[in-house]
Amino acid sequence: MDALVLARAQFAANISFHILFPTISIALAWLLVFFKFRETRSKNAVAWQALYGFWVKVFALCFALGVTSGITMSFQFGTNWPGYMNTVGNVAGPLLAYEVMTAFFLEASFLGVMLFGRSRVSNRVHTGATLLVAIGTTLSAFWILALNSWMHTPTGHVVKTVAGVTTVDVVSWWAVIFNPSFPYRLSHMLCASVLTVAFLVIGLSAYRLLKKDSKPEAKLGLVVGLVIAAVAAPAQIFLGDLHGLNTLKHQPAKIAAIEAVWDTQNGAALTLFGIPDERTRSTHFAVEIPKLAALVLTHELEGEIKGLNDFAQHPPVKPLFFGFRIMVGIGVLMLACAWFGTFLLVRKRAMPVWFLRVLVAMTFAGWVAVLAGWYVTEIGRQPWLVQGILTTAQAASQTVTGGQIGLTLALYLSLYLALIAAFVRTLFYLAKKAVQGDLPSLDTEVSPETAEDGP
Amino acid sequence: MNAYLPEFFLVVMAFSMLAYVVMDGFDLGVGILLRRADALEKDTMVASIGPFWDANETWLVLGVGILLTVFPRAHGEILGALYLPVALMLIGLTLRGVAFDFRAKVKAERKDLWDQLFYAGSLLTALAQGFMLGMHIVGYYYSIANVAFAAFIGCALASGYVLLGACWLIMKTEGALQAKARHWATHALGLTGLGVAAVSVVTPMVSARIFERWFGLRELFLWAPIPLLTLVLFGMCAWRLERLKTASATRLKSSNPAWHGAWQPFACAVGIFCLAFIGLAYSLFPYLVVDKITIWQAATSTDAMRLIALGALISMPATLAYTVFSYRVFWGKAQPLSYS
Repeated sequence: MDALVLARAQFAANISFHILFPTISIALAWLLVFFKFRETRSKNAVAWQALYGFWVKVFALCFALGVTSGITMSFQFGTNWPGYMNTVGNVAGPLLAYEVMTAFFLEASFLGVMLFGRSRVSNRVHTGATLLVAIGTTLSAFWILALNSWMHTPTGHVVKTVAGVTTVDVVSWWAVIFNPSFPYRLSHMLCASVLTVAFLVIGLSAYRLLKKDSKPEAKLGLVVGLVIAAVAAPAQIFLGDLHGLNTLKHQPAKIAAIEAVWDTQNGAALTLFGIPDERTRSTHFAVEIPKLAALVLTHELEGEIKGLNDFAQHPPVKPLFFGFRIMVGIGVLMLACAWFGTFLLVRKRAMPVWFLRVLVAMTFAGWVAVLAGWYVTEIGRQPWLVQGILTTAQAASQTVTGGQIGLTLALYLSLYLALIAAFVRTLFYLAKKAVQGDLPSLDTEVSPETAEDGP
Repeated sequence: MNAYLPEFFLVVMAFSMLAYVVMDGFDLGVGILLRRADALEKDTMVASIGPFWDANETWLVLGVGILLTVFPRAHGEILGALYLPVALMLIGLTLRGVAFDFRAKVKAERKDLWDQLFYAGSLLTALAQGFMLGMHIVGYYYSIANVAFAAFIGCALASGYVLLGACWLIMKTEGALQAKARHWATHALGLTGLGVAAVSVVTPMVSARIFERWFGLRELFLWAPIPLLTLVLFGMCAWRLERLKTASATRLKSSNPAWHGAWQPFACAVGIFCLAFIGLAYSLFPYLVVDKITIWQAATSTDAMRLIALGALISMPATLAYTVFSYRVFWGKAQPLSYS
């Protein structure tokens, strides 16, 4: 395989692994602030405190995994894509630098106090530390999504070419940061984080209830998760629709590939399922609903959608077509679960066992949807790395050989798969331990066997 | 003001790198020593660095971040030349960072595995960083002699981190573990000294320009205090460690068992790192890649630098304040880490 394909695979592996953990920690940090708030204000302080005590551990794990994989990315920007900083460094440089300076140090410094400082500082300072960590994670998302959105819909800059070297200069930072797709992408991603965390909380709480956990926090966790999901799931569908309309305006080829619309047409049908084929320029086994794509995308029955055949170049169709359907499918499933669960809560009916099992199966559904969504938007920008300015191939490294990338890719991949497995197992193990009521301050715990002295 | 932006960022980057090396240096040293301790001691050792490691590691992100955003041409060149050691370091950092959290949360019988990974990750990181330092000094030219030199520097830096880590433990612990840490620190001094000596000998040999910097007539007198002071600090570190040994023998009988000089070896070790760093910075300035790319050649546009400088001027004091706050909260001997 050539170096470009390997470099892309390596970066994709890394960024896919990385995004799993910030997706949890952004919203979980705010949920922890909420737990602390309820602990001081509600009569049910013990249960809220137990919820905080359980989820702060999950947060610590996510944070460690997110930080370490994030460091890897700060190196790979240079090693895999040197052309990126050389071309758009005047935009990307300050945005990345502000992420480190304003967000990383804030969250990393107060994390220690948040995790281990409860007995060392006053409750108010501890809540303050938790709040600052939450602000830090969200600020981090703000900067990085501003940069990512600029790569999709660049504005506020001028391109200049001197002696064959293309660079961009910033004209307006306001226009760079608040570029056309940024508000939609930021809100869509933040809402995705909320939904992912809601289903994580729902899933592990349902698991505890299935294991006959009678402690109030197990039920409380399920209630909190379901209520959040019941609001966030429809909100996400609404935000996703807005984001889609924005994409149709700025990156129409991406939308055409998502919907597998081959020819420009009025009143296009929505393909529920099918197998798009770029060679024959058609979709096999298509199951269609007439006029629906036009209605969804243009909000008119006879609206026009430009087809793939009318673009000089367009992104690969299959990954976008399937990725989008996976994301939306999970979104609909989440909505159904959240509303059915909330309905049971409102009617004060017991959760049937089959439904709790479904919820456990959905524990990491948010991850799948987030990955599918990011694949759609990132592959949908190809062949561009920065839309209209720099292609992915131009940004690739000319110095690092395919062999080196291949070797390190294999190392990273095996490490990441092992860590994801360990993470999922550990979460369910923590839940199981919480059921047994045996949740001592875990860091002080000593393993039964005594390790022998080293040589 | 604008004319000095590259120098300003060089200072900020150098400060971040030094802060990283010293602060994550003791974390990594403690990680490397983990294998030599018993189960209870392991928990104390991890507890002594638990609240800090994450913020310590962020200095690396800032240092590399400045290289990436302010000196992009050098970032690609340096990290391209160091591709494999960088990848190994990243894998080491990942293992160390996640083992920190997993070891306290998994089933008891799996804790040992994560402790092993903690050790392996710390050691791999230290070796890779030392190897990169060695290759940086010889200008990324891969010959057998250069690779051998870089590999030796890898071992020496790991030893230097062990020195920092052991001295940190002397400061943060008591009793048997403190005595062990004293033993470890004494053993790490030798290889660390050899490493500093090797860097001091090889660096002037790489480039006539660097040779002139140290051995020109005027320069010899002006800069001689740096190596001399380093030597003094090594001596003082050894002396204070010896003093601790006698102190711990007698203090069991005394009414006040705590030794008040427990911070001294750590201060000496930090001093050694700072002086070695200043010496190296003096040798290399103004080059980011030895005799090939200067800070001015690698710098990004003035507009971008001004904007980042503004952010740095506001955020760096805040960052230092957070750091001081966090170290003050966890001041004193290490206590068991608890989420409640």
